[in-house]
Order: sequence, then structure tokens, then C-alpha cells
Amino acid sequence: MRVMAQMAMVMNLDKCIGCHTCSVTCKQAWTNRKGTEYIWFNNVETRPGQGYPRGYEDQEKWKGGWALSSSGRLRLKDGGKLRKLARIFSNPKMPSIEDYYEPWTYEYDNLLKSPEQKHIPTAPPKSLLTGEQMDIQWSGNWDDDLGGTYANKDKDPMLKGIEDKVRLEFEDTFMFYLPRICEHCLNPSCVASCPSGAIYKREEDGIVLVDQERCRGWRMCVTGCPYKKIYFNHKTGKAEKCTFCYPRIENGEPTVCAETCVGRLRYIGLVLYDADQVTAAASTPDDKDLYEAQRDLILDPFDPEVMEAAEQEGIPYDWIMGAQKSPIYKLIKEYEVALPLHPEYRTMPMVWYIPPLSPVVDVVKDTGYDAEDSVNLFAAIEELRIPIEYLANLFTAGDVDIVSDVLRKMAAMRSYMRDINLGGDGDESIPHAVGMGAEEMEEMYRLLAIAKYDERYVIPPGHAEHAHDLEAIGSDCPLNFDGGPGMEDVPGLQGDGVKLAGPGDRSRLKGRVNLLNWDGRGRPDGLFPRPQGA
Amino acid sequence: MSSPSALATVMWVIVPYLALAVFVLGHIWRYRYDRFGWTTRSSQIYESKLLRVGSPLFHYGIIFVFLGHVVGLGIPKSWTAAVGITDGMYHFMAITVGLGAAAATVGGLAILIYRRRTNARVFGATTKLDKLMYAMLAVTILAGVYSTIVESAIGHYDYREGISVWFRQFWAFQPDVGLMAAAPPGFQVHVFTAILLFALWPFTRLVHVFTVPLGFLTRPYIVYRSKDELRQPQRRGWEKIDF
Repeated sequence: MRVMAQMAMVMNLDKCIGCHTCSVTCKQAWTNRKGTEYIWFNNVETRPGQGYPRGYEDQEKWKGGWALSSSGRLRLKDGGKLRKLARIFSNPKMPSIEDYYEPWTYEYDNLLKSPEQKHIPTAPPKSLLTGEQMDIQWSGNWDDDLGGTYANKDKDPMLKGIEDKVRLEFEDTFMFYLPRICEHCLNPSCVASCPSGAIYKREEDGIVLVDQERCRGWRMCVTGCPYKKIYFNHKTGKAEKCTFCYPRIENGEPTVCAETCVGRLRYIGLVLYDADQVTAAASTPDDKDLYEAQRDLILDPFDPEVMEAAEQEGIPYDWIMGAQKSPIYKLIKEYEVALPLHPEYRTMPMVWYIPPLSPVVDVVKDTGYDAEDSVNLFAAIEELRIPIEYLANLFTAGDVDIVSDVLRKMAAMRSYMRDINLGGDGDESIPHAVGMGAEEMEEMYRLLAIAKYDERYVIPPGHAEHAHDLEAIGSDCPLNFDGGPGMEDVPGLQGDGVKLAGPGDRSRLKGRVNLLNWDGRGRPDGLFPRPQGA
Repeated sequence: MSSPSALATVMWVIVPYLALAVFVLGHIWRYRYDRFGWTTRSSQIYESKLLRVGSPLFHYGIIFVFLGHVVGLGIPKSWTAAVGITDGMYHFMAITVGLGAAAATVGGLAILIYRRRTNARVFGATTKLDKLMYAMLAVTILAGVYSTIVESAIGHYDYREGISVWFRQFWAFQPDVGLMAAAPPGFQVHVFTAILLFALWPFTRLVHVFTVPLGFLTRPYIVYRSKDELRQPQRRGWEKIDF
């Protein structure tokens, strides 16, 4: 057993109102630069819909993720290493900018510089790639709220096989929002696809990052990722991706998307998993068993054996405590209500989703029956095969029973808690009907409905005693460095090879105190500049 | 041997060695200070249909052209003769394989340049340095094809007794300027623009040639890395012993 810690996320889709605040704040924080105009590390899709980039879930077309060979061995769906190198000069499976959208701005100058004229001046859109005027045809969320879905309904890969059954007429439509970030998979196919070895999974917290100094722009990761969450920065020629806001996570703060989520639907915490079992779990023969295999990878942080093995792997004690308090562990393993997105890609994604009950509730409500009653809801879950099948295509590789079980739990919780809120004693037969105890159900309700900031985000910070390794300077003794007080011109006394980058002529700075290295005590010579002419 | 003209000395001694120095030091400098800029700068996201044809054609072509140069410049005539390869056999190989590779390279380059010029997105992402580099590359390649066909195959200039000898002398720091000065003009243009291209090389996207990811073939699929540099796994091989 090789225990590793993974920072993971759960999103409760029932609460998503599709406001895109997560997307906007993420973009402002990370991708508001040239070359990243079209890039959304976080995006919110309306489902049914094509998603972003268009139709990314059609792996027969894009060849993302892993597949089993005829002998049952796990291999990249796009082919092995030699095959990838042979096609390095032009990657045939890479989405082009049209599959995302051509980024644009508006000719605002037209408004500002317009002379007095009879007609109101306009600000026509112009392409950010060519600078020429363009017609806007598509964007990252063009089919938001089902806009254009009817015209494009055949293009949602998840409707394949059930399209004839889904009546996309307005009154019968079901719809929900799916916010997506990088899945920070346990078995990441982007990492496996990178010829340069520039993408890596962090040992400490499992966050998947791109080393910008090692990336050479071979673009294989874009194909490798089945979620299309690695993007090509067309100005720098390098791959970029969601970083799980690692600078914030290291400080014990949630990601920007989670912090700013209006619906408070995101949960962040640690899980412990057995890294030695990942490949075996990802090689599970039947797609429909993958969800369970993935759930079984996650170890019980209360098990003394696991705790000891974790300690031996150098996982600090407060991180093991963090894993015990993790809301993620509760939602995935204890309540079993969170499901992975597309387990059939075999990447073992670590952003999990609680499927939405609201489409079902809406249908019951529209029929005039009591939509908070567990009997009605259970019956509706049985009856509404199409929404359930659609959800199963997203979260369980098509296994309808698992999705039904989760929705039944959510329905039971809804109905049980309404009874209590209205002054009843709580009908224990309701939780029992879904295999839960009354107390457990109330705890789940607490976590899903009223959990405060500290319960939703259980993020043990990166270790303070390691902090100065990360910064390398700033928190070290000033006497370890060139340029510290009294340390100028002493050869051979350099800390760990870190020098401050200074502008060209350094002789001017001789004898001056570098404030980054100053310990804040006393008034060393050179703290203030010499008077002019001295 | 008559003493070479000043111009010939500049062209075939001074400039080549300067270019070599710029090439080597330029790459070291670039790798140390601009690893972030070390990339293919792929434009595939803008346009992929023409690239799909042009890029592999050009790259596979130029790899064979390179191998041809290794043989033609690096292996002395006496060596191939010693293993029983006659001039006729050598030239037959050089012309057939060489022409195939040249056709692929020139065809690929033509498609790539056409694509770069006509696609507004790709052209918008083209820097001045790119344009200069493309021009040098095109002149070098076209001059090479011209000289091989017209001056060598038809005109019977034997580069293996001229340019190739000079090339090997160059690496022994004893270049005979007269050998290059006596080469036909097409070959002179080919070699000289190539030398200038090498001097330009470290500052362009051509640096991607030196990071061909062959390590991909031997490394495990999933890469783990620690935040803490000291916890990086040891390289494979003998275990390190700390006394």
C-alpha cells in the first residue's frame, strides 16, 4: 500500500443556478492574458448541450483518455508513445479554435471617436486573433440555458442512443448546469501524453500542473485529456490548465471558483488513496464497474493501518486529520451521493458531482402532486427514465441504478427534513427506505444545506516549516546570502544558490541592504541611501 | 595553392566560425535564460487542414535531407569506396533518395509558407524574425536543390571532393578556403545561407529541434513531482551512497 493524499472537490449540482460567477472570477484570476482569451479553466455548461469545446465528450472523435486493449491492458486511447511521436508534427486529433470559439472584442474606439452624426455609432465585434471585423457564431456558453439546443440537439454526444426518446419540446425539457474544472485525475492521461514530461502530478496534494519551462508545445496533452481541460496558449506556445489555485490551497484557502460560488455548492477536502492500485482500478474490464473501482481506491482515514501507512509515506499528521474531517470523504464514501464525471474515460477524475434532483422535482410539481413527498418522488425517479439515463451517461458510464439510488437518497432527505421543519418528529421509514439511519440523514442534510465555510472547505495548509523551502528566500537568515547586512563581497557564502535578479548595473547597490533579506532588527549601514554627493 | 582572396577568407573562414560560436553560445544562453520561450510555437490551433499535409511532409523530408548530409559531408569518398560502393551506386542512391526527400521538403515548405501567408490568423502570429527565418530557410533549401540537380548531377561537380573535404577540415580547424572558392555558385549560396541560418538558429523557434522528446519512450506514463526539490526521486541506475 502506497498512501497518497489528493485534494479533491465535490459539486452539488442541485444548487447550481448557472450564474457563471465561478467562470468569471477564475478568468479574472488566471486567464485574463494575451493568448488565453478563449481559455476557461472553469466553465459552466448547460446540459443537455454540446459543452465547451463543442462535443468534447465524443471520444470516438477526439480519442481522449484511456481505453483497454484487446488483451485488457490499459493504454492511451489515442495510441502509444511511438504513435504519438510519429504524429508530433501535426496532431490530427487536436481541436481547432473553431471548436472552442474565436475570441473577440468590440471596436469601442468607434464610440469614443465618433464625430457628431445623424445615426448612433456602433461598436462592431472584431477578432482578437486577426483584428478584423467578424460575425460572432459561437462562444464558450453559446447554448446557455438551452439556447440553440434544439437546432443542435443531435450534437450532444451524451444524447446518443436516447435522442429519439428525449422530446426536446419546451414543456418537457429538463435542464441543469454542469460547472467544470480540471479533474486532477489519479490516472491523468494528459500527463501520460506529454512527450516532454512537463506535466506532473504533485506528490503532496495530487494537483496536476504544467511546468512552463519544460513544455515545448507538442500539444499531445490537449488530445490526451478527455475533458479538454488542457488549453494551448497561442501566444506563448505552451499548454496551460487549471491549477486548483494551488497558491491559495497551500495557504489553506479554497480555490477562487469555490470561494466565489454564489450557491455555495462546492466542497473541497482531502482524500487518501492507494497509489499502487490506481492502474489496476483503471483497468477494470466493465465500464459500469469503474465508479465502484474508483470509490474503492479511496482509503478509510480512520483505519489505523491506513493512518500508519500514511505516516510512513511522510504525510503529516494534520493532513491525516484533515482527511478524517474531509467533506469529500463523507460525500463519496459514507453517504455515497457524489459521482465522478465520466468514469469510463478511466482517468479516475477527482472532481465529483452530486447529480441534480431538481429536474425530477420540477416534473412532479408540474403534475400538481406534492413534489416534497418521498413516495411521489420515488415513483417519479422510477418513471423518468430519460433524465436518469442522461445523468447515468454522464456520471456512471450508463449504469442507471447507481444514479437512481443517489437521487432516491436526495429525495428522501428532502421529504424527511421537510417533515421535521414543519414540526413533525421525522418519519424514520423514509431514511430506512434508502438504507440510511435518521441521524446519518440529518448529518448529510447539515453538510449539504447549512454547512459553514470551515465545514465545506477543510484544507490543511502546506506546512509552515516547509514554507521557506518554497519561497527559498525571504524567510531565511540574511547572513546566508550575498548582499545581506555586512555580507557584501564575501565569496562562497551563498545560501542555496538563489540570487536576487537585479537590474543591470549592480555596483550602484553595493553596500545597500536588500530589504528582502533584512531581518527587521536594528539599523544596519546602508539601510538608507547615501546622501547625494557623499 | 594560391592565396585566397580576402572575401573568400571572410566567407569561408571568419563567418563560419563566428556562426558556430553564436550557434553554440546562443543555445546555451537561450536554454539558461529563456526556457519559457523554448517552444515550437505551434499554430495548429489556428489552422489544421493545410498543416496536416504540409508539416509532416516538410519535417519527414528534412529529416531525410539531414541524414543525406551526414552521409555526403561526413563520410569520405575513400571509405565508401573501401566497402565496395562505386561512384555510380552512390550517385544513384543520392539522386533517388535525395530527390524524394527534396521533393517532400520543398513541397511541405511551399504549403507551410502558403498557409502562413494566406491564413489571417497564422499570419497575424508571425513575427519579423519568423519571416527572416523562413526566407533564409527557403533560399538555403532551394539553392541546395538547384545545385544538386544542375551543378552536381548535370554539371558533374563532385562535392565529395570539394565541399565535403572543406566541411571536415572546418571541424579540424584547418579549412582550405580554396575548396569553397572553387565550388559552383549555387553550392556557394547554399552553404553560405546555411551558415547564416545557423547563426540565426538559437534566436528562432528552430530551437525546438534540440528538445526532440525521445525521453518519452523510456519514462513511465505518470510523472510525480514533489514541491520539495530534495524529495525528488533519484534517477535510475546505481544507488547513490552517502558516506
